Amino acid sequence: MSTLNAPAAPAYATAVDTRNYLKASYGPVSWLLTLDHKRIGVMYLVGISVMFLLGGIFALLVRTTLLFANNAEAVDPLITAELYNRFFTLHGAIMVFIVIIPGIPAALGNFVLPIMLGAKDVAFPRVNLLSFYMWMLGTALALASLFFGAVDTGWTFYTPYSTSENSPSGMILVVTGAFILGFSSVFTGLNFIVTIHQLRRPGQTWFRLPLFLWAIYSTAVIQILATPVLGITLLLLIVEKTMKMGFFNPAYGGDPVLFQHFFWFYSHPAVYIMILPAMGVMSEIISVFSRKHIFGYRFIAWSSVAIALFGFIVWGHHMFTSGQSALMNTIFSALTFSVAVPSAIKVFNWLATMYKGSIALQTPMLYALWFIWIFGIGGLTGLFLGTLATDIHLHDTYFVVAHFHYVMAGTIFVLFGAIHYWWPKMFGRMYDERQGAIASILLFIGFNLTFLPQFVMGSQGMPRRYYSYDEVYQVYHVLSSVGSYVMAAGLLVMGYCLFTSLKRGAKAPDNPWGSNSLEWHTTSPPPLENFNGTPVADDPYDYHNLEWDPQIQGFRSKKPMVTSG
Amino acid sequence: MADAVQTSGASAGHEGPHGHHDPNLAHHFDTMEQQFECGKLGMWLFLATEVLLFGGLFCWYAIWRSNHPEVFVYGAQKLDWKLGGINTIVLLVSSFTMAWAVGCAQRGNRQGLLLGLGITFLGGIGFMGIKSVEYTEKFSHGYYWGGSYNPTHHEEGHAADHADGEHAETADAAHAEAGAADSHGDGHAADSAHGEESVADSAGELAPQEVRPPAALAGLSAERLTELGYEPSKVLLAAEAPGGLAASAPPTSETKLSAEEVRNVHLFFSIYFCMTGLHGIHVLIGMAVIGWLFVRALRGDFGPGYFEPVDLGGLYWHLVDLIWIYLFPLFYLI
Ligand code: HEM
Ligand SMILES: [Cu+2]
Repeated sequence: MSTLNAPAAPAYATAVDTRNYLKASYGPVSWLLTLDHKRIGVMYLVGISVMFLLGGIFALLVRTTLLFANNAEAVDPLITAELYNRFFTLHGAIMVFIVIIPGIPAALGNFVLPIMLGAKDVAFPRVNLLSFYMWMLGTALALASLFFGAVDTGWTFYTPYSTSENSPSGMILVVTGAFILGFSSVFTGLNFIVTIHQLRRPGQTWFRLPLFLWAIYSTAVIQILATPVLGITLLLLIVEKTMKMGFFNPAYGGDPVLFQHFFWFYSHPAVYIMILPAMGVMSEIISVFSRKHIFGYRFIAWSSVAIALFGFIVWGHHMFTSGQSALMNTIFSALTFSVAVPSAIKVFNWLATMYKGSIALQTPMLYALWFIWIFGIGGLTGLFLGTLATDIHLHDTYFVVAHFHYVMAGTIFVLFGAIHYWWPKMFGRMYDERQGAIASILLFIGFNLTFLPQFVMGSQGMPRRYYSYDEVYQVYHVLSSVGSYVMAAGLLVMGYCLFTSLKRGAKAPDNPWGSNSLEWHTTSPPPLENFNGTPVADDPYDYHNLEWDPQIQGFRSKKPMVTSG
Repeated sequence: MADAVQTSGASAGHEGPHGHHDPNLAHHFDTMEQQFECGKLGMWLFLATEVLLFGGLFCWYAIWRSNHPEVFVYGAQKLDWKLGGINTIVLLVSSFTMAWAVGCAQRGNRQGLLLGLGITFLGGIGFMGIKSVEYTEKFSHGYYWGGSYNPTHHEEGHAADHADGEHAETADAAHAEAGAADSHGDGHAADSAHGEESVADSAGELAPQEVRPPAALAGLSAERLTELGYEPSKVLLAAEAPGGLAASAPPTSETKLSAEEVRNVHLFFSIYFCMTGLHGIHVLIGMAVIGWLFVRALRGDFGPGYFEPVDLGGLYWHLVDLIWIYLFPLFYLI
């Protein structure tokens, strides 16, 4: 197991523990109490995958209910209206707070961020472990609510539904859970900001950081600035429900619309917490699999920051119909359009990167291409919604549902791409390319089949969150449900592909894709302290230093990137 | 710099033969300075999140105060600014002793460090003690939050007398100015007709200066409104909403209001208990941190080479203090 760069003699000094992080110690306790960012990342990945499956099952239940138009008149419905409401609420809450928000940063970011910096760990390993346990606790509380009066308000917890006398008591558990999840996310962001500021290698300037880190950094800024506001909003919701504070209750002179302001002040930036890390991964994958230097590095880097900042001043676009004054609506609408500019800058830069590149259609790249299509549609339909006149018609219809699934599932697609991309690094095994590609194609077809019809029925007036509906919409609902089954099939194939690779996959070379960021210049999987030597930072998108070596079925660097000792 | 980093990086390896230079240096840092800088930046970011956590409540306060100032003016009369003032001094002193403790830690003065931490801790106890006296007092008058707000009439009168005694001068000035001393100065529960009368009267006095009609008028009949010189169609109903419906005449802090003319007073107590309660929880956390630092200082963990935890704990305590510095005037003084 010699290092990539110094094949003759082991480069590592005697002091360094060279066992890979998976083999450095054994047993459940060595995992549960680990301070190693890589193991914490893997634990997040496992937890998030399990919760994704659960959220997916709720979604399938929702879609299956909606195969039938007249549910309310059914004599003996399998899924009652109450259950239906709980299912879509839990689906949304799990997917947003438990899966997508921590997804890329906490699972994959945790794993690769310190390695990309050439650091041994994040700045605060204990806080990192604490974040993970807060994630577990928050998730456990949210799930426990299932047994104590499950919540049926939708993921947005709008008052007064959520705080009225007869709102379910599970509210308290779910909201407490979301509060704790929020702080888990704050601590992760804080850890990442400090790590990026302080633990860069000498010579690794800001503009030599992989763009993924710029994205994670911008995300962390939003996490730190927005999540505490959600925290206090949720606390107020809890005291409102338990102690009748009256903040959001008109019966006591409070104002329910103010809750919406507070909620969206967090939750609009939160959509960028969800999308920015995905955009960061995109910049890595697109460049590597086009074998071409990323186009417009600085534009992509600064557009992440711009998105993070603009994201704070557009929340009112969720409330165009809430009785907000016309002036406020106009201003929020105009600001909403401005957010689309940095998003578009990124997309154009990726396209320019691919232009005349030698594109390798491996699985991570397939997911990246799907993302461009999916995010393109999702982002452009956001502009329809940001336009006042059209939003009055489209608000709270399936058009909105389709819009946010296109953007958020864009993140999920990139998450899958990222899992495939870093899989060899994390577990030291190659997955089967053919299976991976089949899964990704199934997911792409299934996804579009599920959500394209929703744009159509939404624009024709089908409201969201309805249990029973007019028969004219049934054909779209059936198409949509069939699409969701296709996606489920794709997920099964993907799970099979990844799981079997752990046992049967070929041993992964250090650098299977020919990337130049630092995590590919250490062994697969990396040693406990990430490098058997001191890594030297370079332009992460300069591929001239790499050449394919058929012997190891991977790339090796011509000039060493890790100096010994 | 680069050299220093590389050499220490090599020898600070995990389970390395040389071990760490300093037992307090975590394995993933190269130098003590780097570790210290990380801690500092991390703490500042954490404090930013704390400020934002309170920020939501400050926003709520600002929105409600600008729409319904009368609720706050009335509520403030029920708080005891003397106790609040003493608490402010207690916290300021404890912040000072904390800063002094940090200085002692840096100079390696263990005695001073222990003393400073000890006094700071006592300050925390004092603050919480006074706070609980205040809370008990409010509860005994039925001044609860939101739906639980239930002031007893007897207590009401008592509280008003109490306030009268304290603010004798300012209250008199207000009466003279508003010319409404006769109708609601006594603080006793008035019957509803009388209450309405007094609202209308005082509103009538204030009317010329006001652009928008006061919320208190919302329930009056059209005749009565015309009699008072208002155009009835311009008086909005349901003035409670913050989204721009009528707000009542902004009283100054010297105006004396009674519960009859101020609606939704319970909201004042909701925000009061939420903000001071959340702040109180932070004081308790700060005290736990200081207690932990005290134990470590007893063990002799700190010295000129390693005082990071004291420094960071101090920062946290200053923030808790700072938030109170805002809460005090917002609730008790203005
Ligand atoms: C490209 C720029 C985008 C624009 C202009 C935009 C615009 C909008 C607007 C105006 C709405 C409100 C529609 C309504 O309720 O009537 C909306 C809803 C939503 N958007 Fe976007 N959006 C954009 C990108 C994103 C991204 C990247 C995400 C997430 C990754 C996202 C997630 C959501 C969600 C979750 C909702 C609906 C929340 C709910 O009501 O349950 N959007 N978007
Ligand atoms: Cu939004």
